[in-house]
Amino acid sequence: MMLETIWFVLWGVLWAVYFALDGYDLGLGTLMPLLAKNETERRVMYNAAGPFWDGNQVWLITAGGVTFAAFPGTYAALFSGLYTALMLLLFALILRGVSFEFRRKVDSAAWRRVWDTCHVLGSFLPALLLGVAFANIFKGIPLNAQAINEGTLLDLLNPYGLAGGVLFVLMFALHGALWLGVKAQGEIARRAARAAAGLWLALVVMMTLFLALTAYYTRLFDNYLADPVLFVVLLLPVAGLLQARRALAQEKMGHAWAASAVAIIGVTLFGVTGMFPALLPSSIDPAFSMTIANSASSPKTLTIMLGVALVFVPIVIAYQAWVHVTFSYKVTEADLAYEEAY
Amino acid sequence: MDVLLLSRLQFAFTTFVHFIFVPLTLGLSLLVAYMENRYVRTGDAEYKRMAKFWGKLFLINFALGVVTGIALEFQFGTNWSRYSSYVGDVFGSLLAIEATLAFFLESTFLAVWIFGWKRLSPKLHNVSIWLVALAANLSAFWILMANGWMQNPVGYAIRGERAELASFTALVTNPFAWQQFIHTLCAAYILSGFFVMGISAWHLARGRQVSFFRKSFRIAAPFTLVFALVMVVQGHMHGAEVARTQPTKLAAMESLWETRTRAPQFLFLIPDPANERNRLELLPIPGALSLLAFHSMDAEVQGLKDFAPQDRPPVMLTFISFRTMVALGFLFPLVAAWAWVRRTDPERSPLMLRLLPWMIPLPYLAIQLGWIVAELGRQPWIVYGMMRTEEAFSPGIATGQVVFSLVLFALIYTLLVAVDIFLLAHHGRKGPEERHDVDDGSATATQPGGAGFTTATA
Repeated sequence: MMLETIWFVLWGVLWAVYFALDGYDLGLGTLMPLLAKNETERRVMYNAAGPFWDGNQVWLITAGGVTFAAFPGTYAALFSGLYTALMLLLFALILRGVSFEFRRKVDSAAWRRVWDTCHVLGSFLPALLLGVAFANIFKGIPLNAQAINEGTLLDLLNPYGLAGGVLFVLMFALHGALWLGVKAQGEIARRAARAAAGLWLALVVMMTLFLALTAYYTRLFDNYLADPVLFVVLLLPVAGLLQARRALAQEKMGHAWAASAVAIIGVTLFGVTGMFPALLPSSIDPAFSMTIANSASSPKTLTIMLGVALVFVPIVIAYQAWVHVTFSYKVTEADLAYEEAY
Repeated sequence: MDVLLLSRLQFAFTTFVHFIFVPLTLGLSLLVAYMENRYVRTGDAEYKRMAKFWGKLFLINFALGVVTGIALEFQFGTNWSRYSSYVGDVFGSLLAIEATLAFFLESTFLAVWIFGWKRLSPKLHNVSIWLVALAANLSAFWILMANGWMQNPVGYAIRGERAELASFTALVTNPFAWQQFIHTLCAAYILSGFFVMGISAWHLARGRQVSFFRKSFRIAAPFTLVFALVMVVQGHMHGAEVARTQPTKLAAMESLWETRTRAPQFLFLIPDPANERNRLELLPIPGALSLLAFHSMDAEVQGLKDFAPQDRPPVMLTFISFRTMVALGFLFPLVAAWAWVRRTDPERSPLMLRLLPWMIPLPYLAIQLGWIVAELGRQPWIVYGMMRTEEAFSPGIATGQVVFSLVLFALIYTLLVAVDIFLLAHHGRKGPEERHDVDDGSATATQPGGAGFTTATA
């Protein structure tokens, strides 16, 4: 069970890192109609995400690929079980992805409006859908003995699922506003900081509500009550949020952004820890849940994959960190005039 | 219409669309990296303009390649859940490795390349596009090891209710997968070469930016010819590997019904699948099929009738696709040789300049036909000889769900492909910026209305 447990942890961490990275560029897209007042400001927002969004999105592909490789049973049940929600997520991400590349390739305001709309919807919807999906995963979906989801898309939109959706939208929006604070200057940077302060308050309220609902709708706290040491995981989102507010007040936007990343990682790990050893709990009968015992790959595959992950994931983290540092400069007029800019 | 058929249509459609964009990414990344390399070595700013111009077309193409790729990874789980849980232990790891080793590198350093022209040293900037090219070709390796395993499953053992990995080494040394890998790379390089030659020829025929496009042509012509020649030999080797491992596919490719030794190759043939025979067989080369397939005139080639009807792939489409692909495969080295002969003075052959833009779609066609042969010819198996396609789809999804996603895929992809081709044609025709514009982007006035940004580069 050791290998399976290691992979369970890695699986949770991969999703957490994905949310912490793609979260801010999805948040930027979501906030665009609220924070950008004109074309220049919209371009500042596009270019704040510019050098990073594509690399960030690969964490989703990797999280999906690792689910497939390490827990094929979960991958099969999860992806077919959430079919329509995942297809909507996919279409949204497709439209968002091309909007970066297409919008500046034809010089027309109407053309740009089309891709701006795709960009905003394609950023907001993934945040919402990922939140709804993960809240439902935390809660469990009606998985039967054949690992088939007996529920429908509408069943995902239960109060807890919706709360998860709102939580993710707020989390990503705050994360995006803080990143805009890092990358922008002048009026839009001040607007981003003000928005971040408001979003922070809304997020604190929403997170408290979500925790209360979690106790009511899910069995996540069972693991914590069985082994109270686990409650340290909850320190991550709490400390992350407090630190984010402090750094924001001191106008240290980079620190605030990093603290917000810790909070997002903490929320994800809080849910994942509560689910252990299930990756996809069944709300019909815990015996039907997809767990590390009944859905994992063979020890041989897990060992080979572990070798690959231990060597290459640190390399990926190193060069992505280098990119974030190298390209964390403030977006200036000169940067916008640069012909390759978005 | 049921979930199985709809899921097959959806996978076929999304794969075809994805593969419109992949080959150009594989080849053009190398050419752009080489052009920038020439700039770094010689200091000739024209090579920098070349890297930027061809790089812009590369980026327009790349955007759709990335987003349509995610759709494929998702679909194994959404539409083919029984396949995923049955073979995930073997197949899933290849996809996960592809993402970890290749996709991160490709996406991260492409962004570095786009935004790094002024922020990195020329050498480091050039390294970033070489890394993109390496990563793109590396991703081709892993995904073709995965597809090659579906064609010729090796290194696995059936334990309990699923296939489990027995030998990872067998997986990455699968001879069939290697043939597919080399075949796909050659095809992608030929396509990219014709793409660059076609657009260059279009401008040269109009006398525009002559020095710029002559240089581009000069790089693309030998590149195309080399791989078009390699392809003729390698295509044969790939076919021989099919003969060794997939007898039903070979028989469908050749529309061979009766098993026979000294099997002839008919230069002209019309299949008649309904009556399990050929309507017309003309111009036989005696023993040629046996020779090509098994390197011996006397070798026995199995006919379709040796297999139960439910074990045979669709003959007509496999046959036509194969024939057309092979014909194109012989056409490419001829045209590429012509271009190579004229590599230093292409304007002296106006006929060639007129022909080359029309060549651009043909490698695209050949590649799509090749995938029809590979995937349709593999039917009725999803993993050849091991798991049938009809056993592989998701039991838990409803027809309505797949109709919904298929309709949206059709709408969104059609729209995006149209936009993408429009943008490629628009920017390809517009040509590179005039020389004096290249290094003074920062001097351009920025207007809040935004029009200033795009006109600056016009």
